[in-house]
Formats: sequence, C-alpha cells, structure tokens
Amino acid sequence: MKTITKATLELIREHYNKSIKSVHKRIIVCAGTGCIANGSMLVYEALEKAIKATGMELFVELELDVHDDKKKVHLNGSGCQGFCAQGPLVNILPEETMYVKVKPEDALEIIERSILKDEVIERLLYVNPVTGERSRGQLDIPFYKLQNRLVLGECGHVDPENIREYIAHNGYFAAEKVFNHMTDVDVCDTLVDSGLRGRGGGGFSTGKKWHLTRVEKSDKKYVICNGDEGDPGAFMDRSLMEGNPHRVIEGIMIAARAINANEGYVYVRLEYPLAVKRMRKAIEDAMDAGILGENIFGSGKSMHISVMEGAGAFVCGEETALMASIEGKRGMPMPKPPFPAQKGLFGKPTVINNVETLAAVPLIIRNGASWFNQYGTSTSKGTKTFALTGHVANTGLIEVPFGTTLREIVYNIGGGVTDNDGKVTGDGFKAVQIGGPSGGCLTETDIDLPLDYDNLIAKGAMVGSGGLVVMNTQTCMVQIARFFMNFTQNESCGKCVPCREGTKQMLSLLDEIIEGNGTIETIELLQEVGKCVKKASLCGLGKTAPSPVLSTIEKFNDEYLQHVLKKRCATNNCKSLRNVTIDIEKCIGCTSCARKCPVGAISGEKKQPHVINSDLCTKCGVCNSVCKFNAILGF
Amino acid sequence: METKGNVNIDGIIVPIDNEKNLLELIRKADIELPTFCYHSHLSIYGACRLCVSDIEGMGIQATCSIQPRDGMIVRTNTSEVRQIRKINLELILANHKIDCPSCSRSSNCKLQDLARRLGVTKVRFKQTNSHLPIDDCSNSIIHDPNKCILCGDCVRACKEIQSVGAIDFVNRGSQTIVGPAFNKSLRDVECVYCGQCVSVCPVGALVPKPETEEVWDAIHNPEKYVVAQIAPAVRVALGESFGIEAGVITTGQIVTSLKRMGFNKVYDTSFTADLTVLEEASEFISRKLKGELLPQFTSCCPGWVKFAEQYYPELLPNLSTCKSPQQMFGSVAREILPKMLGIKPENLVIVSIMPCTAKKFEAKREEFIHNGLADVDHVLSTEGLARMIQETGIQFNKLKPESFDLPLGFKTGAGVIFGNTGGVSEAVLRYAYEKITGETLIDTDIKIVRGMEGIRDVNIKLGDLNIKLAIVHTLSNARKLCDKIVAGEANYDLIEVMACPGGCIAGGGQPVSFDTDFRMKRMQGLYNTDKQLELHKSQDNPYIKELYKTTLGEIGSPKAHELLHTHYHGRKRITDQVINIRNTVHPKIEIYVCLGTNCYIRGAHELMKQLTQYVTENKLEDIIGFEGQEDMVDVKGTFCFERCEKGPVLRVNEHILEHATFEKAKALLYKEIQRIGLLVNK
Amino acid sequence: MKTEPNNNLRQFQQVLEIIEKNNHDKTHLITILQQVQDAYRYLPPQVLTYIATMLKMPVAEVYGVATFYAHFSLEAKGKYVIKVCDGTACHVKGSSKLLDTLYSKLKLSEKKHTTDDMMFTLEAVSCLGACGLAPVMVVNDKIYGEVNAKRCGEIVDNIINAELGEG
Repeated sequence: MKTITKATLELIREHYNKSIKSVHKRIIVCAGTGCIANGSMLVYEALEKAIKATGMELFVELELDVHDDKKKVHLNGSGCQGFCAQGPLVNILPEETMYVKVKPEDALEIIERSILKDEVIERLLYVNPVTGERSRGQLDIPFYKLQNRLVLGECGHVDPENIREYIAHNGYFAAEKVFNHMTDVDVCDTLVDSGLRGRGGGGFSTGKKWHLTRVEKSDKKYVICNGDEGDPGAFMDRSLMEGNPHRVIEGIMIAARAINANEGYVYVRLEYPLAVKRMRKAIEDAMDAGILGENIFGSGKSMHISVMEGAGAFVCGEETALMASIEGKRGMPMPKPPFPAQKGLFGKPTVINNVETLAAVPLIIRNGASWFNQYGTSTSKGTKTFALTGHVANTGLIEVPFGTTLREIVYNIGGGVTDNDGKVTGDGFKAVQIGGPSGGCLTETDIDLPLDYDNLIAKGAMVGSGGLVVMNTQTCMVQIARFFMNFTQNESCGKCVPCREGTKQMLSLLDEIIEGNGTIETIELLQEVGKCVKKASLCGLGKTAPSPVLSTIEKFNDEYLQHVLKKRCATNNCKSLRNVTIDIEKCIGCTSCARKCPVGAISGEKKQPHVINSDLCTKCGVCNSVCKFNAILGF
Repeated sequence: METKGNVNIDGIIVPIDNEKNLLELIRKADIELPTFCYHSHLSIYGACRLCVSDIEGMGIQATCSIQPRDGMIVRTNTSEVRQIRKINLELILANHKIDCPSCSRSSNCKLQDLARRLGVTKVRFKQTNSHLPIDDCSNSIIHDPNKCILCGDCVRACKEIQSVGAIDFVNRGSQTIVGPAFNKSLRDVECVYCGQCVSVCPVGALVPKPETEEVWDAIHNPEKYVVAQIAPAVRVALGESFGIEAGVITTGQIVTSLKRMGFNKVYDTSFTADLTVLEEASEFISRKLKGELLPQFTSCCPGWVKFAEQYYPELLPNLSTCKSPQQMFGSVAREILPKMLGIKPENLVIVSIMPCTAKKFEAKREEFIHNGLADVDHVLSTEGLARMIQETGIQFNKLKPESFDLPLGFKTGAGVIFGNTGGVSEAVLRYAYEKITGETLIDTDIKIVRGMEGIRDVNIKLGDLNIKLAIVHTLSNARKLCDKIVAGEANYDLIEVMACPGGCIAGGGQPVSFDTDFRMKRMQGLYNTDKQLELHKSQDNPYIKELYKTTLGEIGSPKAHELLHTHYHGRKRITDQVINIRNTVHPKIEIYVCLGTNCYIRGAHELMKQLTQYVTENKLEDIIGFEGQEDMVDVKGTFCFERCEKGPVLRVNEHILEHATFEKAKALLYKEIQRIGLLVNK
Repeated sequence: MKTEPNNNLRQFQQVLEIIEKNNHDKTHLITILQQVQDAYRYLPPQVLTYIATMLKMPVAEVYGVATFYAHFSLEAKGKYVIKVCDGTACHVKGSSKLLDTLYSKLKLSEKKHTTDDMMFTLEAVSCLGACGLAPVMVVNDKIYGEVNAKRCGEIVDNIINAELGEG
C-alpha cells in the first residue's frame, strides 16, 4: 500500500514550482461550465493549434525535468473563474493579462502578439460598461478588485485535473498536519475558534457540529460532503467541485480526522456532470498518490471517499433526505432528533457539510483560526460566496467577507442594475432575492445593511446557499413569489401535510391573485397558511418554503393590494391583469392585428383606428407582435 | 431504580418512565393528542404534524419525534398549536374525497372525528383531490386512493409488520399516492391480503371488500339454504361496532342476530378448529415419530400460506397439509349437511364470518372450488357483518343470546383459542400430550406458549419426546425464522405462524380500533371463553368423535385426506412482466425463460444467454415456409411459472420444461420447429 | 423486417453486469437505476421488476424510488433530450419563452414530452447551475447559453438537418 509523507509533498511542490518557472508563458483557459457553454474548449483547441504552428513547445502537463532553453508554453484549462458573463476567459501568465469573450479566431493573434511578443491585445480586454475604460489584469477589473477570493482563491488558477498543481499551491499540507500533528479535539477546537458556520443553509457552527459527532462512540462514522446544490440560481458548489476538487477532498479528510471517520461520500447533483467527473478523477488521483486510502501520511488511519450522483430531487439537499438517498431510498426527510451526529448514514454518526464549508476548512487549518476570523462580522466569520445573477451587469460568482453591503455587491462588484434589455440604469433597483426558494427579499431600504447570517434572518431572508438574484423595477414581486412557490411545491417530497398540501394551496392562492380573482382574504389566508407551513413542516425545505411569499407580502404589500383591489399589475407581468388597448393616435388601421387575432377580439374599419373587445381578448399578444406602429398598449 | 425525571405537561408533572416519545408521555397525562401517523407498533414517521405542541426552548415540535427529557415544559394547547392543527386538518380535508355518508368508515373515521373535535367546520381551500380509479379487483381489499391522506401507516404496516411491501409511495410531492408497483391492482401483486393496512388506515382509503350484497341475495333467495360459520376472533370484537369494549364476548348475540337476519343455521368455525387440531397434531406426531420432514408449519393462516408460496417455495413441503378451519368447515358441511338437512347440495350456501381479509382470498382459491362449487361461498368480515346488523336495525346490545346449531356448532376451548397467537400450538399440545404420554392432561392452560413476543421459542417434553416449538406472529418475524431455517441455522419440530400481530384477533377484517390496548383485550376475551367452556381439549369434542365415526373414519384416513387436506404450490409475486430479449414482432416460436429468484439461483440466466445466442447464430428464424420474412423465434424473460422447486423452468410455446438444461431446451425447440416446418438448409 | 440482432440481449446483459458490479447491494439502488437508464435510455417496468427480484426487495419500493426522482423516466425518451433551464436566473431572463417556442415547434406540451418519431424529448428542468449565461438550454450533454427564441429554433433545425443528412 502506497503512503505519502510530508517530505514527498514538499518535494512535489518544489519540483512543480521549479518547472513552472522554466516555462516562458502560461495560458489558462477557463473551463468552467459557463465558459465551456460559451465555447471555451474551441478556444482551447485553437490555441493549441496556434502554439504548434509557431513551433513552440507545448505542455499541457508540466514535466518535472525540463532543462533545455526552448521557449515553452504551458496551456491548461481551469475551473470557473467566476466572471461567467464575460466568458470564455483566457489568462496569460506571468503578466496576468485577462482576455474576455475570446473566440477561436482570436487564438493565432493571441499567440503571435501576447505570447511571442508580450503585447496586449486591447480589444480583448474587459471594458467597464459605465466608464468605458479597459482593464488589463483581473485585479484591475472592479468585479474582482472588490472581492476577497479566499475559498474560491485557487479556483480558476489551478488545473483542477492536476493534483501536483494543487500540492504546489500548498495543497494537502493541512491534511498532513491534522493527521500527524493534531488531535481530533484540536481540529474541532480550531474550527470552533475560527467561527466557521455552515454555508449551506442553517448556519450552524461547523466546529460544534464536529464535536457533537466526535464524542459519539461508534465502530463506524461517515463524512458526507453535500454537493446537492439545488437552489435555482446558485452555483458556487459546482464551481468549487469543478474548479478545485482537491480542496474539497482535503476538507473531507480533515473532517474525517476530526470525528474519527474513515469513509466519506460526496453527493453531487445529477445536473453537474463535470463536477462528478472532476471529483471522481481527483479522488482517483489522490488514491494513486497515496493521499487517500490506507495509512494516510503514515498515521495508521485510513480514508475512502466515493462520489454518489443524485437523481434529481431538490429535497435531497436536506441532510436526512440526502442520507436516505445514499441508502438507495426515496429522498424523504426524517424527523430530527435523532440528529445525523448521533444516528446518520446507515444509522451511524455522520457529519454532513456542504461543499463551500469543507472547502474553507483546509485554509483555516493552514492559516489558523485567527486568520480566518479576521474577516466578517462579530457573529459571521470569514467570507461568503454569492452567485450574483438576474438584472445586474456583471453576473457571476463572487466572494466577499460577511458584512459587505448590498450596495457594494450590486453596484460596485455587480456593475449596477440592468433593464430588461441589459442596459445599466441608474434607478432600476427594486429588490434582491437572497437565499433562493428558502430566502426572502431585500429592498432599497436594506441596501446598506451589512450582510451576515443574523441580519438576514432578522429581515426575513437567509444566507442560504448564497443565491443572490437582482431584480429591476420591471419585475412583478407576486410573480417572483409564485415562481419560488411553484419551485418548492414541485420539489416538496410529499411527506408532511403542511409542506405537501400547504405549498400546493399557497400556489393556488397566488394564482388566484395573478389571475385577478384574489381578494384581501386571499392575501390573509396566504399569510395564515404560510405561517403554519413555516412552523409545522418536518424539514428545512418546508419550514422555509413560505419565506419568499411572506417576505414579498411584507415588503411589497402595496403591490399585492394593487393586484387584488385594482386588479392591476404595475409591471405588466401578470397576463390576466393586462389591459390591452389600441393607441388611437398611433393606429393607422392597417387591419393586420384584426386579421391575426385568434379570437376575433379586434374590430375596426380599414384606415380607421381599431378597438379591442376586452371581454374576448385573451391577452395572447399576437396583435402586439404584428403591429408595426407600436400602437398596442398593455404589453 | 434511578429516576428519569419529570416533564411538565400543561402544568401537570408527569414522571418519565420508558416512554418512547413525548406523545406517549402526554398520553400518561390523560391527553390524547390528535395524530394520524403515529402507531406504537410502527416506526416513527412524523408526517401528519397534528401531534405538535409547544416545548419551551424548542418551539413547535411534533411530539411523536421528541424524546422526553427531565425538566421539559410542554404546552399542548396554545393558540398557535391549535391554529396549526386546524389548518393542517383543513389542508387534509381539501385533498380528501369527502363522501362521508356513503363511506364504510363513516363514524369510525379518524379524520371525521378529528375535524369534529377540533371544530373544523369550513374548508377555505380549493378542493384538490384527484379522481383516480378505485382498485376493487382483489377479493379482499378495496383501495380508494382518493380518500388517502398519505399518512403512510399502511406502507409501514406492510413493510415493517409483514415484510411484504406490496404497497409503497409512488411519485413525489403533491403527486404522491400510495399503491402497488406500476399502478397495478392488489390482485396482481405480492399482497397477502392480511389487511394490516386496513386496520391502521385512519380513513376509508383501504377497506375490506364487502360481500354483504351477495349474502343478502342468498338469504332472500327462497331456494337457498344459508348457513353461517363464525370464526373464534369475531366474538370478542364485533361488539366494538356497537360501542361494546374490546374483548367482551358477544357470541350469543351474534348467533341471535344472524338467525334474525335469516340465516338458516349458525355454526362455529371452532368446531373445525377442533378437527384441525386432531388432523394437524396427528400429522405432526407421525412426521416426528417417522423422522419425516420437519419442522412442520401450521397452515391455517391464508396470509402466511400465500407468503410462503411467494417467498419460500422450498418450505412448502413443510407446511401441514391440513386445510384451514374455514375450509375444513366448508368441505365437511358440503359432505354432510345436504343429507342431514334434506337439501340439494347446490342450494346450500356457506357463509363464513371472519376477522380476516385473507380468508376472502382463501375461499376463492382454485384448490377449494370443486365442479364450480366453492367450499365456502361468501366470506364476511367482522366489520361487514356489523354493518349488515346495523342495516337491519336489530338492536345488538339488547339481544338475548342464543346457542349455535348442532353438530357443527359444538366446540371445545381448544378450538376457540385458535384466534390468538400461540392458540393453535396450545390446542395441539393439549392433544399431543395425551396422545404421546397416554396420560390425562389436568391443567389445560399451557401458559408458556402464550404472550405477545414476536418469536417465542418453547421447548417442551411430552413423555420421552422433546419438542422444539416456535410460535411466530407477523410475517416479518416469520421471514426471520424462515431465513434461518433455509440457511440451516435453526431447527424446530413445529412452527405456528399467524400473519397478524397477536393472531386473528387483530385481523384485517375486524372493526378498526383506536383503543391502544385492543389486542390484549380481545386476546383475553378468547382465553376467558376457553375458561367458560366445559371442554378444553379437541379430542374430547363428542361431535368430532361422531364425525369420524360416521363420515371420516380414522384420523388421517383417505376420506379425511380427501376432505381435510390439500397442497400448496409456488406462486408469482407480480403478473404480466415480460422482458423482451429479442423483440421479435410476429414470432412463431416463443421461448420464455423464468428469471425469478429460484430459477436464477439454478442458473436461468446462463441458459437464457445460451439460448438467445444459439437462436441468433444458427439462424433458427429461417424456417421453411417463412424463410427470410422475419424473426421466427423469440426469447423473453418472465417471472415465475409457479414451479419454483423444479427450476430452472422455461416454456417453448405451450410446452413447459422443468429442470431445464441447454441440451434439453434445444431438443424441445427442435421438436417445436419440426411441428411448424423444417429449417432451411438443416 | 429483421430485428436488430441481440440489441435487447445486450441491454439485458448490461443490467446483469450493473447489478453484479454493485454487489447486489440494495443501498446502490439509485446508482443501479441510473446505469440501467443509461443502457435503456429509460426504465422499462419489467426491468424494474427484475432489479427488485435480484436485489431481493419489493417491486413497489423500487417503483417508489424510480418515481420519486425527476431524473428517472419510465417512458422511453427521444434521441435528443432538450432541457430548458427554469432556474431563477433563467426564469428572470425569459426561459418560459424558449419553452413556448419549442413546445409549438415540436408540437409538444407540458403533458407530452416526446415527439412521436422518438427524436426529441423536451423538459423544463431546475437550475443547471450556469446562471451566468441565462437563459440556458442543454441538448443531450451540450450546453447552450444566452439562448433566445430564434436561436433555440435554429439549434433544433440544425439537429433535424443533420439527421436528414445522415438518413
């Protein structure tokens, strides 16, 4: 059985860094899902071809013994660099030039000018949409400049499929430290001191959770890494697993050491095939390197990790449901207590942490608890990743210390709110939905609130997994509430009454409002059921399912009232509440709308303004799409 | 003993004993919290969220899932708790087919009861219940998914108590339903019809299949002569439908009401239970003395018999060949009553009243139907009879008790305790003791076989003979024991199996009880009946002796075998499941290979692979007259030809091949090819 | 018409191998179902019965698991499975318009997911985690970002043309 020592790790690190130095240039192409979808693999191939065409020596994997003087270029793919909206991203090292929206056609020029001649291709640089300035390096771009990328740090810089590169970035030294130089109590204590709280939802102290599991006496314990990131609008776990899988593995190893477990599972959403592939490869490589397996670092302890693919159920993000799923059963949550710490997977004490939590762990061990807890607020330590999406200029994955305000995130990092056509507007901000279907919304009044666990709970929202959707003034909040309610009611496992029946009825009440059949009583009943579902549901999914509805009713009460009292949707998103009319000033009586109307609701003489019979009109919008004079109002 | 502390429940201090959860402890404070999904004998599910209470420091919690701890302060009736319960009920009602007046569970429905108790008078939500088809295809149980409230009690009963798992949750979220695989009927799956799902169902989603109309038709048909047999367990439970406490014996009133309803004669199944004792005990003694196949399993429980057929075909030779008391009654009655009563055999209608839903299935088994005439025509469940009595308006509680008709209404106590777990064993021991030792048994109470433990090992000495006995109730316990026996890890002489927990007294046809002690009460009722009777040993029953003298001859005689014994065979668990291996469109020859468990063990897979390859490689599709048209030979995988002990089994068109080998299968295939035509170039 | 020689046998052999590889372990049920679905492109009921028999578990339980998870399909799917992401980001950026376009183009609906020629299956799925590129659609394993109604039509047309070319 192969085992590896600290000395070997150091040797690998030294050799790797040496060989990196012998390389003339490095080109890192972002191979995160976002960039791949934008064609980054084609860019990669084009670069490969271009390098060969110039006669330079190309390395996709760095060899340990390279001694000649030929110009060498190292080309590799990386995990998600976060700035998905600008992909495909290409970085040139050591200059740290970052090119955005690169196309395969640009490859030859990049090689000829930036690799052979050290020139910068201006047109491929990022342009600030507000100032029009071009930025050369990542850190010149406001999107990156204002972040603290600790957990995401190596994501986008290391080759996720190369374990030696991870080791060269000090990888697995923390694992070696806990296995050989720390007791289980030390590890747990360090985590408690760091103040790290679960990044997946509840925000429970990771160190305390480990202690609770550590003290359980059992012949077998498990560590589960929860990568069932189901929040529609969050993708940090995906990026971590794809971009730096070894960090996740190292986190799992440290957790296992802390609770004395020797088996781990990584439960990954089915929708993340690349994450599954990279995690599997990373585990294999770690096994081959002797980092995982038997007698780890000579400590006499063993650790094995398997990857389990989910099968499409959001509820499996709930820990008891996730364990049921690993056991091959329907993913239905069980009542807690007993907690997984006492009776978890296969009835054995189990620690479940989410990917982001575990990815932070090696950093804490490496740099110390006080290094970590210098970031953040008094109750929420460290940094948090957010998936910044929606009506914002710079969509992507960001990482900021707890306590950062919404204003900094939306305007400074995010580059401002966009309208429906994607243009940045000064006064377009309406709300952000934070924490996905479990969270709530924050409005203009909360824009300077320091974001942390407790402040968000107090505002009826939650950190959750960190989905942060920006919404502009053209968004209907009743529709948003309905969207999330539809999601949770679809994803409810159907076990407990409040969640199964309650979310269904809440959806139907929201539909009544949207269809124009709601009354004040509808809103009241919605709140009454919502509170019951929140209080009485069995698991976290149900307990938080009403949050988006309750939160929007509270913060946008006028909008709800307008829907039920005036039967109007100010943003025109609710089809049934639309009042479709013809602007008699603009209508020239071309008759095309009347001819196309599928229900014959439009009438009028040729060359005379037409009218719409609102009793017949189904608000389908065909008239609007055929009118060449913008005469149809209400869409 | 160390004190485990106290819990403050609504201001009352309640000491913690060994309560499994807070809900049980709250019951000790004489508060019955509403719940649908908590049953003390099933695992905790925590889904209905009605037993919620406010626990200081923990907030609103479902008490079924909380461990009581010293110092807890619990409020079971705050305004918040009340509101949650009411909304939950409202939500359930909005998704429930509300046809209460015509529902057979009306007045014994937990949902109805709780809605009334909690004052839910209006449902403010949209009615969303589905309109799914009702499954009434099986002979035993009707399943109406539209009434189901998804508490999961039935699913857990089937899985945990019986280890059958014929029903489970299907789909997810608001689409969830409970049912068998592939939306099949209970008729077509591994359901053993024990009815434990029925007895835990809080609403009318699972009910025994009524045969009341057929019975009324027979009663009202002047040509028919209708006789009833009443199983032991009925007499200690039927009263519950009339507000009488569980366990109170109402035998006489049942007889009176049957007579008043128009039954011509009323007999007692306990009579044939006595008969069963003699036949089964003799079979056992003979096996034991001759060193034949042991252990001998009892076979009077039809749920167990079907279970054994499906899961343990290799143990079927160990089942006693005795028919169950119900079926023995049927054959004896058909044999002697027409002559005795002067009626035409075809006009005799035999109705049995059973605590059991599986008995309905048993009566319709082909083994028990001769020339189109069933040994037992109709099986009423206890609750079914109660509803018939209620329909007539007969005031059950006011009736004067009457006696059974003779001779088939005379029994000893041994025949009555059959309804309890351990009862059959006790009755058999009362006979075997005297038979083996030649001594008279004075104290007939053999208490070591009684009790509620799931598997009871009893070693007993009868003279020089050591008898190793096991008494098992619930099929999950039976499965544990059978697995051990099959693995050769356990040796017994005699094993009594009852499918229902506690025996027939807790059968699926009994009135559904919400009394937490109903099993113990009914059980005690039967032991009391035994005490009250004059005779306690089957061999002392004078009418049984008479029956042997006049009709049967000796115990175990050929006539006794003809009337009282039968054989069971392997049985498939699910119907219509064929795996296409070749996907031929219009085959002339179809080869079906069984892929069931038993055949798999005996190498069916390899056989199938060889055959498929052989068919393809040798172009067997080119048969003269059909050459080149399309594939002529198809291979399919199927599940169970119900000949498990003779596996691997395969079928080539209509010819079945047992103990199949590749060579034998090839030979059979060629014979079939010759019959249809000759192979091209062969 | 001759049948494809032994395709079904091969699939069935795969089921056997999958079960063997998973040591007849019922805790691997979900993995087994995933792999079997990869072999058959869906989960035929008879094969579920077979898996239940092999794992010594009730068919109803296997069926219960198969119907719980969105990934499992008990109906055959088309050659091209189109998934339109309906996660938050995609929804906000108009994914429902894509769905409407594809529904009408392929003559499908929320109830009918697969075209009669078994060429396309259309599904609205929960977040694919490519929110930065919203709205997103996936055809088999290929991801398309920032798709609009026009582009999604083109993507489908390209597939149809490629198929016709092959035929």
